[in-house]
Amino acid sequence: MADPLLEIRDLKVTFRTDDGLVRAVDGVSATLYEGETLGIVGESGSGKSVTMMSVMRLITDPNAQFEGEVIYKGTNLMGMSQDQIRSIRGAGIGMIFQDPMTSLNPVYKVGWQIEEQILEHEKVSRRAARDRAIELLTAVGIPNARDRAGAYPHQFSGGMRQRVMIAMAVSCNPDVLIADEPTTALDVTIQAQILGLIKKLRQDFGTAVVLITHDMGVVADMADRIAVMYAGRIVEQGTQRDLFYDPQHPYTWGLLGSIARLDRPRPRRLAAIPGLPPSLMRLPAGCAFADRCAHKFDRCAELPELLDRLGTGHLDACHLSRQDKQDRRDRTVHPELVEERP
Amino acid sequence: MTNSATELSVLDQGPEIAAGEVLLRADHVKKYFPIRSGILIQREIARVHAVDDVSFELRAGETLGLVGESGCGKSTLARCIARLYDITSGSVVFEGADISRYTRRQLRPVRRDLQMVFQDPYASLNPRKRVGAIIADPLRIHHAGTREQTRKRVLELLEVVGLSAEHVNRYPHEFSGGQRQRIGVARALALKPKLVIADEPVSALDVSIRAQVINLLDDLQDEFGLTYIFIAHDLGVVRHVSDRIAVMYLGKIVEISPAEELYQRPVHPYTEALLSAVPVPDPDLSASRQRIVLEGDVPSPIQPPSGCRFHPRCRYATEICRTEEPPLVPHGSLGHLAACHHPLSAGPDQLEADQLDATAGDAALASSSGSL
Repeated sequence: MADPLLEIRDLKVTFRTDDGLVRAVDGVSATLYEGETLGIVGESGSGKSVTMMSVMRLITDPNAQFEGEVIYKGTNLMGMSQDQIRSIRGAGIGMIFQDPMTSLNPVYKVGWQIEEQILEHEKVSRRAARDRAIELLTAVGIPNARDRAGAYPHQFSGGMRQRVMIAMAVSCNPDVLIADEPTTALDVTIQAQILGLIKKLRQDFGTAVVLITHDMGVVADMADRIAVMYAGRIVEQGTQRDLFYDPQHPYTWGLLGSIARLDRPRPRRLAAIPGLPPSLMRLPAGCAFADRCAHKFDRCAELPELLDRLGTGHLDACHLSRQDKQDRRDRTVHPELVEERP
Repeated sequence: MTNSATELSVLDQGPEIAAGEVLLRADHVKKYFPIRSGILIQREIARVHAVDDVSFELRAGETLGLVGESGCGKSTLARCIARLYDITSGSVVFEGADISRYTRRQLRPVRRDLQMVFQDPYASLNPRKRVGAIIADPLRIHHAGTREQTRKRVLELLEVVGLSAEHVNRYPHEFSGGQRQRIGVARALALKPKLVIADEPVSALDVSIRAQVINLLDDLQDEFGLTYIFIAHDLGVVRHVSDRIAVMYLGKIVEISPAEELYQRPVHPYTEALLSAVPVPDPDLSASRQRIVLEGDVPSPIQPPSGCRFHPRCRYATEICRTEEPPLVPHGSLGHLAACHHPLSAGPDQLEADQLDATAGDAALASSSGSL
């Protein structure tokens, strides 16, 4: 495989609070290669957004402390000044946020907001930037783009706003696009439109995508490789097939089992994961998932490392033996196939 | 806990309705919100057709799922049924009495039997009240028992929803989203209602917690013989909990059917598109299945399209769809109704008729077998 485009090396992000140190991201390493889509899956508070916000150096909280490196095309972004990072943001790495209402400026016309970004990064005339903005709006499927460029964000529906965000994110042809829950606020039919659009852009421009989501269905549709995060750490990482057809970590099993799926017979009960994620201020010394895990045993008191336990590049952080995992997995992931529905 | 439940003798429980009998009937319910303009004289210039002529029946003990995209009127419909909104026209018959014109005073006893669980567990609990007081509120308002009885009932309820007695003196902010939703459920159950309307009860929760709350609602239904109206936009969740499902689009029910049947044999093209848009957590299946991507957004409910409201986005639409509104009529098996001029999966006798109209019929059948 080619050189990595973006490499995160042992990233740690902590926040100092009155109540103690919050370990939001605790040693995350990941790589993104050219043209691929990396899915990052996890629940609220798992650190998936903080990780990518740190990569973009968007966390300005003075109480935040960072450790580790983020290498983008050979340079460490963590060592850059805010001025230097600005030339990368938008131009090299574009970002789409979850809520298109709060991430667009409500008092500027959308066309202007896209132009501004182009003018910031490239030496072009305002007229050229305007034409490019209209071209982009057309490309992301906004009908009548020339007129709509003069509209304000509130005059667009949620799906249309997200299209504007995407147009802005790709306006300077970034080679990495970070999409943080791009469809969570949208209805399923609109979600299908937006995911289709991201796929098309990926195809047309060869953009590499980091897709942050909590929806296993979305990564099944979009991602080449997937990292599952829990309590600030990656607990499993592998190709899309690895994760869905040979998941190794009990948390991944739990995630897969707790979805009410349309493609399977209806289980009598959903295999919910009991309990709550641990507080990031008081992470246990051992496996962070142990307290909620049905397969906990004495070794779980020591912290499991994210290792290639199968020798196939499929990493997981669970002490269970390979055989144990195989024996116990089906009951959790597909209870409907194991138990009889009365 | 069923038998050990504290006696709340003050609660008269309304007429007994056996499982399987009609508990609630909505008849041609309409809810229009006026849009006014003008400075001194506020003239009505338009109306939002939020719920437009919706009729359905709900039987005791069943769960009716209500699905549709944002703005389709599912929450408005729920609030009309609970009489949190006044209804523009139509009637809501609950336990045999037409409550659609009841005054607030008349509604009070009705509300004992009809409770709601709301979507946002952060906004629906008063942050200044302790959990005990929040759950006791309905009991207090309805004068249901002495202080001692109320206290016992609150502790019971906490246990029923999987919290513990020690949580009674805490404030909502001390709880996670899932736990707060449990508190909301306990409050809804306090008066032993017959019907619980749950408006997106799990949408704000994480996947693993979502499953916990769904299982809880499931258990409570078995234990107390509850009837649910379950509103959600997640079709997987709705299928899991519902006996019957109604699909709404722009203020109307476009299809209503037994749950499994709806997923096996959708009749309305909107249902078909909705089902095919749900991402499936299985990469191979996801890659192989045919996806119908609807163009554009949901039109404005201020001026809904003529004829069938779905026609501007429908790939089967013909002239008749633009001019004539399709009625909600039975298709195939009992209890499967849809409002469409070009139904997708037809029953056996209709299949024959369709074969004459080969082109339309084949296209419809092919697409329905391709979708989930």
